[in-house]
Amino acid sequence: MSRMARTLAATLLAAMAGLAHAVDITGAGATFPFPVYAKWAEAYQKSTGASVNYQSIGSGAGIAQIKARTVDFGATDMPVAGPDLASAGLVQFPAIIGGVVPIVNLEGAAPGELRLDGRALADIFLGRITRWNDPAIAALNPGVKLPSGAITVVRRSDGSGTTFLWTDYLSKASPEWKAKVGAGTAVAWPEGVGGKGNEGVAAYVQRIKGSIGYVEYAYAKRNRMKHVAMRNRDGQFVQPDYRSFQAAAAGADWKGAPGFGLVLTDQPGNGSWPVTGASFILMQATQERPERGVEAMKFFAWSFAHGAKMAAELDYVALPEALVRQVESAWRARIRDASGKALLGAP
Amino acid sequence: MRLIPAHVPRASRPPARRVATGQWQDAAFERLTQGFALVVLATLAAILVALAISAWPALSAFGPAFFVTNAWNPVTGAFGGLAPIYGTLVTSAIALAIGVPVSFGIALFLTEMCPAPLRRALGTAVELLAAIPSIIYGMWGLFVFAPWFGDRVQPLLQSTAGELPVVGALFQGPPSGIGILTAGIILSVMIIPFIASVMRDVFEIVPSVLKESAYGLGATTWEVVWNVVLPYTRIGVIGGIMLGLGRALGETMAVTFVIGNAYRISAGLFHPGNSIASALANEFNEAADPIHRASLVTLGLVLFVLTVVVLALSRLLISRLAKGEGTRT
Repeated sequence: MSRMARTLAATLLAAMAGLAHAVDITGAGATFPFPVYAKWAEAYQKSTGASVNYQSIGSGAGIAQIKARTVDFGATDMPVAGPDLASAGLVQFPAIIGGVVPIVNLEGAAPGELRLDGRALADIFLGRITRWNDPAIAALNPGVKLPSGAITVVRRSDGSGTTFLWTDYLSKASPEWKAKVGAGTAVAWPEGVGGKGNEGVAAYVQRIKGSIGYVEYAYAKRNRMKHVAMRNRDGQFVQPDYRSFQAAAAGADWKGAPGFGLVLTDQPGNGSWPVTGASFILMQATQERPERGVEAMKFFAWSFAHGAKMAAELDYVALPEALVRQVESAWRARIRDASGKALLGAP
Repeated sequence: MRLIPAHVPRASRPPARRVATGQWQDAAFERLTQGFALVVLATLAAILVALAISAWPALSAFGPAFFVTNAWNPVTGAFGGLAPIYGTLVTSAIALAIGVPVSFGIALFLTEMCPAPLRRALGTAVELLAAIPSIIYGMWGLFVFAPWFGDRVQPLLQSTAGELPVVGALFQGPPSGIGILTAGIILSVMIIPFIASVMRDVFEIVPSVLKESAYGLGATTWEVVWNVVLPYTRIGVIGGIMLGLGRALGETMAVTFVIGNAYRISAGLFHPGNSIASALANEFNEAADPIHRASLVTLGLVLFVLTVVVLALSRLLISRLAKGEGTRT
């Protein structure tokens, strides 16, 4: 009996030593990239034994948590501006790319058949265009017979990165939208009903005839929603998919943006989807516990190297190769321990 | 005449040999229960203080205007909570307007008219309704009730009641099945089980001798209920209604699903609106801007105060009624 107890104790001790060896890191923030981060963390643990715990508590809360140093990394859909990063002592980098897609409930239209541009969408969401057969919509859709029914605008009721990308794009496309409403994770909507989450918007659009809303691409694709083809900055009509999102990310000028704080809406390029965005990670520039900072960077380095396929399975887009190099060099240059020594050496 | 012989100790006085331990236990028990009661008070005070502190930035920035202006612009940082406050009050009022008469009917039927075998089954069904989580009500409201209500009932209401002068204004708005009225109806379904089971329980404690006397004098069932049962149980009935109102005021998930979440105030009940609880549930996560967060907390404070006022009013009403007791014939 006592021998058994001793063996048991020894096993337990060995197990605990094993656990203590691996540093478990935690992150918190944006809900939009949660499925990807969770998937990466699972695969990372299988491959390396180190565990990453990510809680999707919302971008705002994620920023607050990393500022308070209660987590090893924070995540946000809306990039923190350069001066704010500097004053809070944070380093920011993109980790994953996704897109926002307008969806409609319009009888007779096949998915991707209806074409819209930013100006028309802004006017619809401002309540200026109220009928589907409005000349502005008809001009974009020559030869398509449009119904005369009223348009019902559906938008998010909760604050969300999806709304930020959407309103940021509308602000770029329409000066009137920019002046009257502006961009943010929640805005003062001039029109429409609000659904909670992607599922709420999708449910409203599915049940209100003649409605238009916007959801994350992954959500639209999985639920086979009727999406809209959009005219991008170069005047081309594009469909939302892996290629058009990556095209938007590839054409962007990442070097010129402090903290990679770029919003990928309305990017140039023939094939660019106009409402694309990256989701960002925030880390403390000065790491009080260097081993945890190193572990967090290791996790993202591993994910960038091995996670593209996993992301694609979930209908997200991994960062382009060149951008990953830039992010990694930013880590080496910016993230240091308390004595000012860089956590990562030269590659 | 003495009923209890002198040598029998009174029940409240423990036997001599147990006095020491008994007194000690009594004291400890008293302190313990007192402690529990104080924890409640302390929690309440702590919540109030914490809410007030977090709400202060918004209160000092907008002042009393916060409660009477309708503005909610997270981009420019201009906030006024009238729309959600209005929505909370209107949806709760609709819920009570529908819920109270129906609950009264249910309780009446169960206690006065229902055949005995059915009574138990129906009573259990009503209580089960209370056990359904609110998110289920929300999903049912959004996916089942709203489509039916928008396609069938709202056009009908608009073409009939909507044509009336004055009252007709209530039935304006897009018949999409989503809005203030739908939220009020879903809330009424949610509070009916609470009010109905409390009413049934208090109706059941009315001494049968009272009711039988009334019946014996030739009173109808309605007269018995109105003149005997209701006056006898009015404190319990009001308590039940207040319980329902409390739930309606604070209900979050179910309302969020069907209210439409638009910061607007319109006479038409078909228009989308907003309530305090659903505004909080929707926006708190992503409210990074301190003034946005403080404004949301201020709304929370309003809800807290509103609930306290409702409770205080019901206490007042009950004490008024108790004073009047016995004066009526």
